[in-house]
Amino acid sequence: MSLTTAHSVVAPSSNSKRIAGTIIVLYALISIVPLLWIFATSFKTPPDSIAYPPKILFQPSLEGYCNLFTTRTRQTPEYINSLGPATGFCDETTRKRNMVIAGPSNFLPRFVNSLIIAFGSTFCAVFLGTLSAYGFSRFKVPLADDLLFFILSTRFMPPIAVAIPIYLMYRELGLSDTALGMILLYTAVNVSLAVWLLKGFIDEIPREYEEAAMIDGYTRLQAFWRTVLPQATTGIAATAIFCLIFAWNEYAFAALLTSGTAQTAPPFIPTIIGEGGQDWPAVAAGTTIFLVPILVFTILLRKQLLRGITFGAVRK
Amino acid sequence: MLNRTAENVARATPEPLARKVRGISDKGLAWLFISPTILLLLAINIFPLFWAIYLSFTNYRANRPNEVVKNLGLANYQRILGDKDIWIAMQTTAHFVFWTILLQTLIGFTLAWLIDRKFRGHAFWTTLILVPMMLSPAVVGNFWRFLYEPQIGLFAYAISFVTRIPPTDIQMLSNVSLAPWSIIIVDTWMWTPYVMLICLAGLRSIPEYIYEAAEVDRASNWRQFWSITLPMALPFIMLAVLFRGIENFKMFDMVNLLTGGGPGSTTEVASITLKRQAFESWRTGYSSAFAIILFVAVFGLANIYVKALNKVKQR
Repeated sequence: MSLTTAHSVVAPSSNSKRIAGTIIVLYALISIVPLLWIFATSFKTPPDSIAYPPKILFQPSLEGYCNLFTTRTRQTPEYINSLGPATGFCDETTRKRNMVIAGPSNFLPRFVNSLIIAFGSTFCAVFLGTLSAYGFSRFKVPLADDLLFFILSTRFMPPIAVAIPIYLMYRELGLSDTALGMILLYTAVNVSLAVWLLKGFIDEIPREYEEAAMIDGYTRLQAFWRTVLPQATTGIAATAIFCLIFAWNEYAFAALLTSGTAQTAPPFIPTIIGEGGQDWPAVAAGTTIFLVPILVFTILLRKQLLRGITFGAVRK
Repeated sequence: MLNRTAENVARATPEPLARKVRGISDKGLAWLFISPTILLLLAINIFPLFWAIYLSFTNYRANRPNEVVKNLGLANYQRILGDKDIWIAMQTTAHFVFWTILLQTLIGFTLAWLIDRKFRGHAFWTTLILVPMMLSPAVVGNFWRFLYEPQIGLFAYAISFVTRIPPTDIQMLSNVSLAPWSIIIVDTWMWTPYVMLICLAGLRSIPEYIYEAAEVDRASNWRQFWSITLPMALPFIMLAVLFRGIENFKMFDMVNLLTGGGPGSTTEVASITLKRQAFESWRTGYSSAFAIILFVAVFGLANIYVKALNKVKQR
């Protein structure tokens, strides 16, 4: 430190560092409380979840997860006693509440829909986005700036405004409430992000690599395949995760355009109800399962996060 | 493997044909690569937009597809601009956008400024702060309903613990004057990290030597903040405000699940009104006109703002 005098002049004092650190840690802890509460609630029994004052210490239970995956009907104690021995934990907990399991709930199919639609649309958006980004990055495209702005401007539209004509169009084409319709829609929304992000990543790859490859006798297509794609892998992966997160979290289109077979998890989770209102432990369990993949992705993405959320407008 | 095959094919191909294949290279390839994206956007974004423009001049109702569609001219637009409820919704939206942006910018910039001190472990805590903004606003917004429950909810309990107001009185979602703040709080909680991240990039882009020069000139910390830190980070702050402004003007998912526009219509932001008109009252033509007005408003405001942003950048 003493050698680099220039730095020591402006380096924050250790005291100000300590104060800054304390405030940041406090903010982080407070802002994370709602998420911890979701996690904790998912392991509470329904009576514990609505206790007053709110219970911070409680006996953990998997009842929320049982309720999330099953539908139950109320029965008389006599009927329940007449049944054979309970099979498994969920059956036993349900019977303690004078209910029997009637069948699986819709959570699993909705979750699978979310997976299919999110991964399908991400694949399409990244595929189209990579091609377009390469086109814009390497070739002289007439009106390139206008086209790029056009691609971005599709993001300015309020989702509900787009949803009205899409709803009518899909009704005509028989795409309402289908996974294909949702994949097409999410691809169209995500492709703008993909083009902008990937163009930034591809711009950073020196042209000399392709030119050298083409002098060696590769065609443009081969050079793209052999030299550009391998170097853009990190950028493509980051873009894919951003598209995935958007499609995974999307609610407005999903709520308005799907109702049954193609419904995704976000419009489904708020409709999980127990007897007399929302079954909060089950909602919390569904929310927890739904959020965990995103938590993992956020940690993986932390270096590219800034670029992704600003359409590549800000790079670190 | 694939490439070797391709090379062999290339070598075996007679010269004129090879030239033809290579001939499509640049210009042809550019269009080959770009056109699928443009076509998709034309089909899923632009065509529906033009359809909406057409519908906005009619009395079409999506729940009565067989009825004769009448051309109303500009009547829908006139009715919207004279509709009191629409103006109330616009005011609610403006209130929401103003307060969320103000709070997020103030808190976000402060956090970024503190993180920029680079205390030990700052990378870990920064990542932790970023988590809320990556989550689904719908799913998390739904859970906030539980946190806001007057008696059993954690939020009401914590507030009553601090203020000693009985927890049954903290009716965040059903009290007319508190409900608008309940959505502002959740939005601020979710998106402050976003503003923080962009501000942090701005602060880190300021070259060290400027501070060194200021230090040599014995400028006070206060003076350095106002004449170096803030002006140089301003383009980034403005960019964050632009992105948040557009997003919050369109805000639908979190508000729809948290309050659904209620109680009454106290939290009915523009998107909620649009959804009620389009998918509950089924006034498709009328709501299309409103959608077009909203779209033009976002587009126009964003354009003016970007011009201002560029001016600040050039300074």
